[in-house]
Amino acid sequence: MDRVAGPDEESAEWLRVLDPAAPDHDAGLARLHERLLAIARGELRRRHVLVSGPEQDDLAHQAAADAMLAILAKVATYRGESRFTTWAYRFVMLEVSHKLGRHYWRSAPEALPDEQWDRLPDRIGVDPHARAEARELAAVVRAAVAENLTEHQRTLFVEIVLDGVPLEAVCARDGTSRGAVYKAIFDARRKIRAALVANGYLPPREGESA
Amino acid sequence: MNARELLDRFLLTDSRDVGCDDALAVLHVYVELVAQDPDAAAARYAGVAVHLAACGPCQDDFAGLLATLP
Repeated sequence: MDRVAGPDEESAEWLRVLDPAAPDHDAGLARLHERLLAIARGELRRRHVLVSGPEQDDLAHQAAADAMLAILAKVATYRGESRFTTWAYRFVMLEVSHKLGRHYWRSAPEALPDEQWDRLPDRIGVDPHARAEARELAAVVRAAVAENLTEHQRTLFVEIVLDGVPLEAVCARDGTSRGAVYKAIFDARRKIRAALVANGYLPPREGESA
Repeated sequence: MNARELLDRFLLTDSRDVGCDDALAVLHVYVELVAQDPDAAAARYAGVAVHLAACGPCQDDFAGLLATLP
């Protein structure tokens, strides 16, 4: 990773003003918060979320406030590898994702009864008219899931892949990290694929054995 | 692309994928490099590029951060 000679002029100014000893520290905090709020509002608009008006603005305020806390707690770890604002806005993005994940459960669609596996072909883009092919595909994946995944992996795979629950919503509900859930799904995909290669349903890639 | 090919693509994982934690740790550096030279960014942070292509939430954060750059 690059270690630049030092922060650019604007970044250095942010660092100066975020020092509690700076005479204009409070004004600097207010300016930073204003920036973070604008970024959070812009990001919520960019994501075209199904939240609008005061509710969307409330999420922006929450994201900006929590990003501000994270930034102040971690400013000593900023090493000048990017602009200060890029480093800081990353916290806004993470908070926006987290707030949206939490918000999902306030208006989550009701779980659909059964037939979860019928949705798999659609989830991976199989033509809905290719019914026989789609049925076969769902059946082989279902068997591979039942035989090869842990209960935790099965639950997450069904919820995220079949039911379409956003990964970030699962994290917010369960209090787990995005990385942990992603890893569980990553491992599940790998195990399912290995099973389907082993039974001849999918061809092995170079370096893989059937 | 037929059903098996689509399934194969969906299940395929890349061992270079660094995962969410490592990708997010360098996202601010990576995004500025992408803005300057996308090929250099992909070559230098191959595992991050692979991860962002596979992880929707991290891709969202990346796209949002990219949109904030001057």
